[in-house]
Amino acid sequence: MEIFDILLSATFWAAAIRIASPLIFATMGELICERAGVLNLGIEGIMIAGAFTGWFAVYAGMPLPAGVLMALLVGMAFGLLHGTLTVPFGLSQHVVGLGVTLLATSMTYFTYRLALPEVTSPPRIEAFAEWPVPVLSEIPLLGPALFVQTPLTYLAFATVAAVAFVLYRTPLGLALRAVGENPASVEAQGLSVTGLRLGAVMAGSGLMAVGGAFLTMSAFNSFFFEMVNGRGWICIALVVFGAWKPWKSLLGAILFAAFDALQIRLQQTPIGAHVPYQVFLMMPFVLSILALILMSRRAEVPAALMVPYNKGER
Amino acid sequence: MRLEPIADPGLGRTFGYPAAALAATVIFAMTLALVAGAEPLAVLGLMIKGAAGSKFALLETLNRATPLIFTGLAVAVAFRAKLWNIGAEAQLYAGAVVTVLLGTGTLALPGPLLLPVVALAAAAFGALVLLGPATLKLRFGVDEVVTTLLFNFIMLLFVSYLLEGPMKDPAGMGWPKSAKLIPEARLPRILEGLRLHWGFLLALIAAVGVWVVQTRTTLGYEMRAVGLNPVAARFAGLPVGRIMIKTALLSGGLAALAGWSEVAGLKGSLTLDLSPGFGYTGIIVAMLALLNPLGVVVSALFVAGVFVGADSMSRAIGVPSYIADALMAAALLFMVLALLLARVRVRRG
Repeated sequence: MEIFDILLSATFWAAAIRIASPLIFATMGELICERAGVLNLGIEGIMIAGAFTGWFAVYAGMPLPAGVLMALLVGMAFGLLHGTLTVPFGLSQHVVGLGVTLLATSMTYFTYRLALPEVTSPPRIEAFAEWPVPVLSEIPLLGPALFVQTPLTYLAFATVAAVAFVLYRTPLGLALRAVGENPASVEAQGLSVTGLRLGAVMAGSGLMAVGGAFLTMSAFNSFFFEMVNGRGWICIALVVFGAWKPWKSLLGAILFAAFDALQIRLQQTPIGAHVPYQVFLMMPFVLSILALILMSRRAEVPAALMVPYNKGER
Repeated sequence: MRLEPIADPGLGRTFGYPAAALAATVIFAMTLALVAGAEPLAVLGLMIKGAAGSKFALLETLNRATPLIFTGLAVAVAFRAKLWNIGAEAQLYAGAVVTVLLGTGTLALPGPLLLPVVALAAAAFGALVLLGPATLKLRFGVDEVVTTLLFNFIMLLFVSYLLEGPMKDPAGMGWPKSAKLIPEARLPRILEGLRLHWGFLLALIAAVGVWVVQTRTTLGYEMRAVGLNPVAARFAGLPVGRIMIKTALLSGGLAALAGWSEVAGLKGSLTLDLSPGFGYTGIIVAMLALLNPLGVVVSALFVAGVFVGADSMSRAIGVPSYIADALMAAALLFMVLALLLARVRVRRG
C-alpha cells in the first residue's frame, strides 16, 4: 500500500514537523491569550505581519535571530493594541480581533509596496539552515524527522515546554489560568487582572508573529501575499482540539500537519492525479471544522473566555 | 482603570466621540501618506477627487458601494442577533456560482421571469451556506466565527475547482473563467449610457426592507431580543434556536445577492477575483453604520468612496492603494472605542 510506504518514511515525518512548526508557535500564542480569557482573532493578521517583518529585517541586513526578534516585537505591538481595546476597555473581542487582523494585514501590504515598489518577484534571503542534532539525528526514522530541522523548529518545541511549565508550575501560570476562569478571585488576591490579561495577549501575539516569521525565514525564504492562507484560523481550531492544554495542542498541530503532508504526497500518486487538487487543498479547513465538532462535546473552555472584567462590577 | 456607565450621555458625548473617531482616521491616513513621502493634503484631495470629483468617479463609487451594501446588510442583520457571520465572502461566491449556473442559458425561462428566479436561487444557496455554521453552533456549540472563516477558504477553493473544471468557459482561452451570462439574465442599466446597473437600486430597496423587518415586525424584535440577551430571551419563551436559523438564512441570502448583483450587473461572468474582500469589508461597513440597515447605505458609500478614491490617487502619485484598507481597519477600531467612550466614563483606580 502506498499510504503505508509514505507513513513509514522519515522524509514524510520531517515534512510534517516542518509544516507543524509555524502552527505550534501560533497555537501556543492563541492558547496563552485564551487561557487568560481573551480570544485573539488578530492571529491571522499578526502572522502575516510577523512573516513580513522577520523576512524584511533580514533582507535589510539584520542577522536571522534579530529578524525573529523583530517579528516578535511587532507581534507584541499588535498585541498591545488588541489587549488595550479588549481588556481595560472591554470591547467586543470578535470585532477588535477582526479589526486587528485587517489592520495588520493592510499595514503589512502597504509597507511591502512602499519598501519594494518596483519588484515583480520578492527578493530571497538566506533562510535558517537545517541544524542536525549530533547523535540524536542518527536514530532511525525518528532522528531525521525530529532532529534534522532548523533552529526555529527546535525553538517551537521548546516554546511548548516553556508554556506548559509556566502555566502549570509557576505562580504566574496559576494567576494566568485563574484570570481566565475567575478574574474576581485574582483581583481579591491583590493581583491586576488587567495587567495579567494584557501581558498574556502581548506575549501570545508575539508568538503568533514568530509563527508567521517561520514561513518566510525557515519554510521558505521569501515573502508572498496570502502566504499565511488561513493558518491563523486553523490554529484557533487547534487550541479547541487541544482542549486549551499545551501538549495536547502540540499533538493536534503535528497530527494536523501530518494530514497536510499526506495530502501533498497523495496528490502525486496515480489515484491523486484523478482528484482535483482543490479537494486536497480543502482538507486542512475541512479537518479543522471536523475537529471542532468532534471536540465540542467535551470542551473545557476557560470559564471567563470572552468575558471582559470591569473592576467593582459583580 | 474602571469604566462607569453614564445614565444620560447627552448630545455632545453621543456625537462628539464618533466625530473624533473620524477625525482620528483622517489623521491616521495623513500620517501614512507622510510616511509614503507624499504631501498629505494632496493625497486627501486626490482621494476625494477620485471618489466624487466627476460623473465617472461618482458612478464608480456607486458601483463599488452596491456589493458592500448587500454584505454590510448581511453582517448587520447577523451581528444584531449576535450571530457572528464572518463568512459573507463565502456566501457572496455561493450566490455568484448559482447565478452563473442558471444564467448562462441552462434555465429556459421567459426574460422577465429569469432574472428574479436566478436572484432568489442565488439567495437561497447563500442562505444554505450559512445554515451549516449556524446549525453547528446550535447543535454542537461550535463557535461560528471560526467555522464561517474556514468556510470562506473552502468556498474559494470550490469556486477555483469549478472555474478550472465543469464551469470553465470553453471559449475562455484557457483562463479560469466562467461562460458569459445570457442577456436576459443580466441586470439592465438604470439609465441608458450611465454605467450604473439596477443592482444599486435593489441594494437600496434591500436596505429599506431589512429596516422594516428589524423595526416593524415580530421577527425583528425577536432578533434584537436574542442579540441583547439570549438567556433572557429563552427565559421569556422565545424560540432562540429558530430565530438564529431565520437570522442566518436572511444574512446568508443578503450576502449572496452581492455575488448575484456583481455577476449579473457588472461583470457578466465569474472569475476567482470577483470579490476583493467585499465580505470582510462588509463587517467594517456594518460596524461603522452601528448595525443600522439604513446607516449601512451611508457607510457603504463612504467606504466605497475611500477605496475608489485610493485607487485613483495611487495611480496618480504612487502611494500604495492599501492605504485604503489600512485606514478602514483603523476607522473600525477608532469607532468601536469612540462608541464605548460616548456612554461610559473612565475612572482611575
